[in-house]
Order: sequence, then C-alpha cells, then structure tokens
Amino acid sequence: MSDEQTGRETTERAYDQARYAQNGENEPLSIETGRREIDPGEGSALPDDLTRDSLALPSLSEPELARHYTRLSQMNWGVESGPYPLGSCTMKYNPSFTEDLAAATTAAAHFDRDNADLQGTLALLYELQDWLGRVGGMDAVTLQPPAGAAGEFTGIQIARAYHRSRSDPRSEVIVPTSAHGTNFASATMAGYDVVELPAGDDGRVDLEALEAAAGAETAALMLTNPNTLGLFEREIESIAEIVHDAGGLLYYDGANLNALLGRARPGDMGFDVMHYNVHKTFATPHGGGGPGAAPVGVREELREFLPRPHVRRVEGTAGEDDGAPAGDDGSGSPRFERYDPPNSIGKVHGYGGNWPVLVKTYAYLARLGDEGLRDASAKAVLNANYLAELIDLEVPYRPFHHEFAATAADRDAAEVARRMLDSGVHPPTTKWPEQVPEAMLTEPTEGESKSSLEDLAAAFDAAVDADADELASAPRRMAVRRIDQASAARNPRLSWHALEGSAADDPESHR
Amino acid sequence: MSDRRPETRGTPYAPHTAADTAAMLSAVGVDSEADLFDVPESVAFEGAFGIEARSERAVRREVRSLLGRNGDLVEFLGRGHYAHYVPAVVDDLAGRSEFLTSYTQYQPEVTQGFLQALFEYQSLVAELTGLPVANASMYDAATALGEAALLADRVREASGSTVLVPAHLRASAREVLETYVAGATLSVESFPMDDGAVDVAALHEQVDEETLLVYAETPTVRGVVEERLAAVGEAAHAVDALFCVGSDLVALALLRAPGEVGADVVVGSADVLGLGTTYGAGLGIFATREAFLRQLPGRLVGASTDAEGRRAYTLTLQTREQHIRKERATSNICTNQAWFALQTAMHATLLGPSGLVDLAEGCVRDARDLAARLDDLEGVEAPVHDRHHLREFVVRTDRPAPEVAGGLRDRGFAVHVIQSAADREELLQVCVTDVNAHATDDLVAAFAEVAP
Repeated sequence: MSDEQTGRETTERAYDQARYAQNGENEPLSIETGRREIDPGEGSALPDDLTRDSLALPSLSEPELARHYTRLSQMNWGVESGPYPLGSCTMKYNPSFTEDLAAATTAAAHFDRDNADLQGTLALLYELQDWLGRVGGMDAVTLQPPAGAAGEFTGIQIARAYHRSRSDPRSEVIVPTSAHGTNFASATMAGYDVVELPAGDDGRVDLEALEAAAGAETAALMLTNPNTLGLFEREIESIAEIVHDAGGLLYYDGANLNALLGRARPGDMGFDVMHYNVHKTFATPHGGGGPGAAPVGVREELREFLPRPHVRRVEGTAGEDDGAPAGDDGSGSPRFERYDPPNSIGKVHGYGGNWPVLVKTYAYLARLGDEGLRDASAKAVLNANYLAELIDLEVPYRPFHHEFAATAADRDAAEVARRMLDSGVHPPTTKWPEQVPEAMLTEPTEGESKSSLEDLAAAFDAAVDADADELASAPRRMAVRRIDQASAARNPRLSWHALEGSAADDPESHR
Repeated sequence: MSDRRPETRGTPYAPHTAADTAAMLSAVGVDSEADLFDVPESVAFEGAFGIEARSERAVRREVRSLLGRNGDLVEFLGRGHYAHYVPAVVDDLAGRSEFLTSYTQYQPEVTQGFLQALFEYQSLVAELTGLPVANASMYDAATALGEAALLADRVREASGSTVLVPAHLRASAREVLETYVAGATLSVESFPMDDGAVDVAALHEQVDEETLLVYAETPTVRGVVEERLAAVGEAAHAVDALFCVGSDLVALALLRAPGEVGADVVVGSADVLGLGTTYGAGLGIFATREAFLRQLPGRLVGASTDAEGRRAYTLTLQTREQHIRKERATSNICTNQAWFALQTAMHATLLGPSGLVDLAEGCVRDARDLAARLDDLEGVEAPVHDRHHLREFVVRTDRPAPEVAGGLRDRGFAVHVIQSAADREELLQVCVTDVNAHATDDLVAAFAEVAP
C-alpha cells in the first residue's frame, strides 16, 4: 500500500489471509496437539487431601509454541497489517520504542516497596499526572483506572462523593442516547438512575431537552465531545451552565480526545471530571482488547476525592528534580511520595493500575510534545474529511472531526463491512450510533497516508457496489467465512471441554 | 525519499508529505487544517502544554534514567503481586503486531487468531478452577472480587446484602470491593482467622440470611494454604449465600480445584503467569457455574461454525454487555486485559501441566525451607502460622519490624512490614519464588545480621 504510483489509483486491492488447513479445519487448538494429563498430588509436599488428582492441559515445546502462536497471529489483523478505521476506537499506529521502555527491568518494581525505593516509578507517574492535566485543562489526575469504563466509574464515584460531602445526595446521571454503552453501565454501577437524553435534529445535545432533564436530582451529565457522530457540541458553554445551575457536574468521556489535542481542552469547556483513553489518544496498543488505561482528571475542588494513593511531590523539594538522576549517591531524600487524598473514594484497582501502559503513554507524550500532539489531531481530522470526500456513501451529519458516520443506506452495514475485509482493510464500526441508519462510523486516524486512504475508499466503494449474493457470502478470503452467531449463543461452547469429540478428553491424543 | 521528510515538526507517526497535505486540503475544499475544526472561539485553546518534543533516542535515555532512580533491591515481596520467570519466547510471540496492535474481536472473521487464543485461555482457566465457564479476563484479582459480589447480588439464589471476607485480606482488595459494591448498597464485613486460616466455627456463627457472599482465599494473602475450603463453602451454602474462592493459576495447578469443593465463583490472579513484576498491573480470573452464565461480567469467546462448516470462534452472549444492554448490562467492563491473557496462556502452554505443578511445588518447598532457615536465627520466628504455605509466610521478629526491614533494605533486600505496634507482635512477610530463590542464602545472612 505504500507504493505511491499505484496508491493513487482506485483499483481494488485484495487480501488473502494466511491459514494452515488440516482436513478443512484451521490451526488446531493447543490441547488437540499437545494434551498431557498428570496427577499433581503425586509426590507433593502437601497432604493428599489438599491436592488435585488430575490436571489435563496442553504442553507444547518451545518450537511448537512459537509455530502455534505465529500461525494464530497470521489469522489476526493489527494496525500494522493495514487500515483499521474503527470509529470511536482510535486505532492509530503504536510506536515500537515504547514497548521496550515498558519492559525495562528497572520498570519492574513491586507496588509495596517503600516510596524511597520507588523514586523512578513515582517520578514518572508524577510527571505523567502533570502532563495529562495540562492536555485536558484539569488540576489533578489519577492514573489508577485500568480502562475507559473503569475511568468512567471512578469519575462518577468522585461526583457521588462530591455531592455527598455537601449533604446533597442525588440520584440521576444524564447520558445522551448516542453515548458509549459504558456510560450507561458505569453510572448504573455507581448506583445512579440513568436519564437518557435524545439528540436534537442536528445530532447534538438538544438544549431544551437538557433543561427539562436537569434538576435537583442531577448528579452529572456525561458527554463525549466531539460526540460519537464526530460533531463538536458548539453549545458546550450553555450545556455546562444548565448542568451547573442544576447543581450537577459535567463529565467528559475522553474517547474522542484525539480530535482536539491542542485545539480545545475539556477543562476550558466547563467540564469538571474527565477520563483519558490513553490506548486511543496516546497510541498505547489496544492489545486485542486491553490492557488500556484511563487516567481521570478533575478540577481542584474534586482533588480530595481522588482514588488512593495519589502521587505528589514531597514538600520542600520543588525545583530539585531537574538535572542529575536522584539516588546515585544515596543521600538525596525522596522527592515523590504516595499519599491518601483526604476524602478519597477508595480504590478502583488492587494496585496502581496498568503501569506498563502508563510508561508507554509517558514516552508517547514526550516524543510528540506540544507540536506533535497538535499535528496528530490536525492530521486525524484531515484524514477523516479526505476519506469522506472520496467515498460514495452519504454522511448525514457535518461538520465532523476525526470520525464520521456514513450510511450504507439500503445496504446492510454489517454485510458491507464483511465485504470490505476481502479488500485488505478492516471495516469501520457498524450500526452505531443509532441515529444514522446502517451507520458506518469511520475513524481513519492520523496514521494513514493519502494513498492508503484512497485504498480504503476503494474498498468502501467496492463493497457498496457488490451485488446481494456477493455481500451475503462475504468474506471469501479470510481464515473463516461468515460465522453462525445464533448457534454460538444458543449452544454456548466456551472451552475445549465443551467441544464434541474434542481431544480435550480423548486419551488417544496423548503424545 | 527526501520529499517524504516532514517539513514541519509534527507527529512522526503521520505519513503526510507537505504535498499530500496540500492536495488533501484542496480536495476537501479548505485552506488550512485549522478550518476543519468547528470549535467556537470562546473555548478554543490558544496556549501551550509546555511539553517539549524529544527524539526517540532522547526519550529512551530520559525514561531509563528516570526509572534508574528505583532502588536496586532484590524483592522478596508478594501479597497478591507475584513474579515467576517468563521465558523470552512469550514476550516475543505476544509482541507480534498482529496481536499487540489489534482491537477487541468484534469483527471475528479477521481476528480468528486472537479469538482462538482467548478460547484457549478460557479453557485453561476452566480446567484449573474446576468451573465450566470462564470469561476472557478481568482487570485484576481485586476488581474480579468486586464483580463476584455484584454477580451474587444479581442471581436469584442469594438474597442477602452482606459480603463476608477474611480478616486476612489485602487492604487494597477490600477497598476495591467496597468501591464496587457501594452503588449496589451492599456492605462488607470480615470474619476471623484461626492461626492464619479461616476460623470455620466463627464463620458458622456469623453467617445468616443477610449473607450474600462468602469469600475465602487459598493461598491467603499471608501465603497460607486453606485446608478447610469445603467447610467454608458449606457455611455459605447453609444460608443460601454464594461461595467465592480467590486463588491464582500457579497455585491452582497443585491445589484441589475450588469447583470440586463447592465454589460458585473463582476469582484471583492469572497474572502469575506471563507477566512478572509490573507495579501491580494484573489479570483477573473469573470463573463460575453454568447456571450463572448469563449473569457473567465481561467478554466470552465461544466456538461456532462458519458458512463452510469449519470451526470458528466469536465473541458470544454479548447481550450481557454494555455496548448492547447499556444500563442493564451485567457490568460496565469493556477494554480489559486481553493481551495479558494471551501471554498467560502462552506461558501456561509452554510449561504444560508438569511444568506448572513443578513451579507450584517449588513455591511450597522453597517457602517451607526458607521459613525453617529463618526460624533457626536468633530473634526470628517463622512461619508464624503453623500451616502449609505457598510462596510466602509471616515472620515474627523480636526487634521492631520496620527496623529489621530497614536493615535488610540497607543490605539490598525488600520485604513486607505487615504489623508493628507497641502492644502487638512485630510481623514481616517474605515471598520466595523461582525469580529470587537464588538470593535466599544472602537474605538469610542479612537476617542473621539485623534480627538479633
């Protein structure tokens, strides 16, 4: 796709996914090639009644393991495989160098060390708290929440603690209909009733509906901006006023922050609490569904409610941090410490969250700096706009930013998506948000070149132009064809023990 | 190639040449990137973050220098966060970009590899816990316990509102549990221990119709192997409460499967395999009975078939999840720890059942041997609890525990101080695994110097 000459053409590309077939089946399960069964209690130092009698698991030698997982990896699509324009997911390129920083042996410190023996870890966390605060326009940041939904839960718990501290317990959280499903679930987990806010005709918050919904029971409004259609909530200041006048707090869902870096900050828009999805905005890899991290930023008045522990600079050491690494001579007293905020909501993770992800976040921010971050947003928004220009599908809501919701109109968006796979691109998020019929929510990110966006557009158009049979039978070139979802749910088979005739319980398969 | 070099200092991870950018702006019909932003002037950000861009080499130097400030100590630390040696092949395979840079498998046809890996992970957890249904991961052991309490609150078989936990429980695990159940207005109470294990008689006295869930661990946070797990489960079931067991995947290779002694839910640490020490970043186990399948939090991978009848894997029963069910979802969990689950499955598969049991057995023997050597020293008694241990154990010292720990630290070792007060015992905790076992002679020598 990097070939400039052909990249400018709109001829369709094709992609055949690698797979190793045995009697028509793909790579076998590890248990099917390497099942071993033993009696763990035999010869144990523990008494017989405490140990198990049998354990049947796969056992692969290192060369076999390498081959098994390499083959599995070849049946999987990553950002480095090609375009991955999942709307709302920000599948941008993940810089390689951050991986070995996170894996450095000096990073591998136990949480229960004394502060004095963790000065490197705490210094990095402190600096990251500070940087994220500046990026979001927030006064204090916790790095503990391990994922976006955990960040939401943390932020709403902070709002709850705030209201309780004022002897004003409230019972409702307002969530726009088009919000991420996690918003609804997080508010419910925190003990609130969810009040759903329908969007106005322009796809944005309807101020009259918000006026009607906000009141003495409103603990918070959770808002994504730009919203899940990619639209900036132009009336954000009025929105903030309505919520604040009702005594509620304004919560910012950071899923779409990649659209705004260096252009606008949640804190300046009137938000009181926010989470950052570092695995989206700050390029830490998604890892097939985590680990991510979702630091939560708050205004000064909410600092006292942050999860414990929080990291701060030891009083009297300000300004001593720059320059030579500490601890070399062993004489320097600790400069950073963990402390418990006075009215903390408690803990949302057993330790300090997903530390390796936080190291990668720090490295990414340091690499890009102000100009790089601002440019990342600019290119992400430019890419979305350029792609929308190229495709034949209508985009009903504009002006969008880093993502757009095209409509597949009379086509089934899920079928169009499956057809796109055969062209060597990952399809967009489909059938969401719901206000766009047969939505294809598309977020190319700044990582795609002009020519790869042209390939992506060609894949869109080829799928939309495909006839009904071709759509219904797609994909044809992947490791598997269309999957029977209904029977997977009706007859759940969730481990190799549940597979009929599986080697999982077949002694004949012992090596 | 010179025309591909960026003319301005932007992100190094956007491939645009100046000519590309100009052509794209022109195609879109605007003069500049700024024109693409529909942000009212009153909320536009004109300032600077004050973060200076660095070269890749400079960032590496800086981060390595920063992390170099962590004291160079041999850690004998555990209490829920454990290190076992992770072979290089695990990191190498997991680092393949097809795994590392992929998203959650909502498009199953193009992500069969990761789905199969997660299916294998679920299967390993099912075998080790003795429960048939395991999800594709939770954030960590503490949040998994929180989810177990919320599951108990949802199922019909239990009706109380009190979660009973052992007095010996990591404080942070209890705090996470309390945060998780606050919204459901459940309360958390502890039951007493008898020489480091559950005081079963006291627990029987304590349970009543208000009890929703009884939680016990094996090994406990103090490393004690719980000998009366079945009796703990009976106490829970006697009042129609659910029984939840916390453990870890290495211990479970050796210990009787909790599913065999009545556990309704098993939570705990899967991160003992594949991860190593990471300041506590984890991977939570969550396994349960078939009856609670539709109340399970988190993602599930199931086997199905494709249009040609070939076995295929897919995320399934998603109607439990937040992106479909919204406020009626079983949990808000979305992104969690899939890549760690991949590493855990790789490590377990490389060890195989024999390797796993050898690892667990080593944790029993090394802990027993180290405790015996420390017990021979003046001013030291170990293990404090007259029980079987796995990996770790509590040590009583004559001298104040912080002073002993400080002396050990000066000699290059980190141990836990778990109790020190004028009117109570002085207690330390020591954890030994394959990654620090080579240093036990030196640790014993250091104890001999500082403990008397």
